Amino acid sequence: MAKFLDLACAVEEMVHDGDVLAMEGFTHLIPFAAGHEIIRQKRRDLTLIRMTPDLIYDQMIGMGCASKLIFSWGGNPGVGSTHRIRDAVENQWPRPLAIEEHSHAAMANAYEAGAANLPFAMLRGYIGVDLPKVNPQIRKITCPYTGEELATVPAIRPDVGIVHALRADREGNVLLEGITGCQKEVVLASKRTIVTVEEVVDDLKASSPNSVILPSWVIGAVVVVPGGSHPSYAHGYYTRDNSFYIAWDKVSRERDSFLAWMEENVMTKGPDDFAVHAGGRAAS
Amino acid sequence: MSMAYTPNEMMTIAAARALRNEDVCFVGIGAPSAACNLARLTHAPKITLIYESGTIATKPNVLPLSIGDGELCDTALTTVSVPEMFRYWLQGGRMTVGFLGGAQIDRFANLNTTVVGDYHKPKVRLPGGGGAPEIATNCREIFIIMAMGKRAFVEKLPFITSMGHGPTGRERRALGVASKGPTRLITDLCVFEPDAETQEMTVVSIHPGATREQIIENCGWTPTFAASVAETRAPDAIELEVLRDIQARTKAAHGG
Repeated sequence: MAKFLDLACAVEEMVHDGDVLAMEGFTHLIPFAAGHEIIRQKRRDLTLIRMTPDLIYDQMIGMGCASKLIFSWGGNPGVGSTHRIRDAVENQWPRPLAIEEHSHAAMANAYEAGAANLPFAMLRGYIGVDLPKVNPQIRKITCPYTGEELATVPAIRPDVGIVHALRADREGNVLLEGITGCQKEVVLASKRTIVTVEEVVDDLKASSPNSVILPSWVIGAVVVVPGGSHPSYAHGYYTRDNSFYIAWDKVSRERDSFLAWMEENVMTKGPDDFAVHAGGRAAS
Repeated sequence: MSMAYTPNEMMTIAAARALRNEDVCFVGIGAPSAACNLARLTHAPKITLIYESGTIATKPNVLPLSIGDGELCDTALTTVSVPEMFRYWLQGGRMTVGFLGGAQIDRFANLNTTVVGDYHKPKVRLPGGGGAPEIATNCREIFIIMAMGKRAFVEKLPFITSMGHGPTGRERRALGVASKGPTRLITDLCVFEPDAETQEMTVVSIHPGATREQIIENCGWTPTFAASVAETRAPDAIELEVLRDIQARTKAAHGG
């Protein structure tokens, strides 16, 4: 059964230096509060996995938490570059960052293979492109039935998976609705898991019997952090803060302005400070 | 009657016109998304637009800033997980068109959005492929929208992120890829289509006011012009009005 913990305790217990860590959420439900806590606890040498590193990994990499990034699209969506990731790749600041680069299709398949307890994923992909020349993890297999050659990538099996969800019930069962990305797969593929949620309720009030519900017994820790995915969003609670994503371009462009922002908004703040971003309750 | 419009508006409108009511279109973010929604709001109201965040048959009232804005989910027929999107819907062969943009393109419509310079010691690190490598081979055909310029339209790509017709125009067929690949490249000056023999992207239509000299000046290779080059039809009042409306709504919504 999932334990209800506060965020500092959950990160302290679950996330260790050198871990392979996946924090998912495809535009929606990105676990920013958890990322900030990892930064405050000064975790180091993490291998960070995310399809779209987004601002959350821009911040964690800029603060020196990671030595490796596994990803498939590394920009500020609709805005431009993730400047801190670029600075790490191009100039090794604040420390060198190894990268392992895939396509979205490959990573989505790799998470699914991880959840399915398979060693690798297979796809009809990477045809006629250069990525396999620079990423030796991308290999090939011949279909034993048709002879077709297909691409393979290793399954993703993180030490820790962290996602943000809409709400939990008192047992620690967790509900996701809207754009659910790879969150279910990450939770089922990871050895240890933290799920941050907007609120705890008596009844999840899922809008459909097919809503994504993760049972308490597949989750390590549930942490209540209202507003915890800002500037990403929580379906039915609050919308994506697109103006923040636009403003981040300027904040993150220079090292000094980035560090000043992190000091003011992360290092001297805590999870409770996300509450100002939480919208009205959706469940009631 | 003449109407003032920008080259960028002409590009988006020419791109929108390429889409058909019966298309099921995998939409890239940015310029492709504007073109696809313009098509939906003008001549192709029944077009099915699909974004890689899992949103199927979405009808956004404002253009999404990212590929997974809530607006896409709120206005979709249904939303599936990202693994399902790439496995069942894209790889499953359900898309008639993939609409892509890119940072760099070559004469055979191969695209680079990964890196300028050496991969391991990049001069400029770009975002990477995202969905594009598999969109490029799994959709029945590909439309590309990109503004011309010598840094974008290059003789040789430093990195092939997604395949057009291959480095010499022959590789796509040689690899046995069944889909057509890039059949149209819409720019701010003209429209290219692949030559039936060589697969080289060839100018088939020039936008009103643009010249052959301008196209040559803004292209890193010596572009080929079709035997008969048409003049692109200028934007009409409705196309311009609908495009400007959605862009104004978008700007207000994003607070940018």
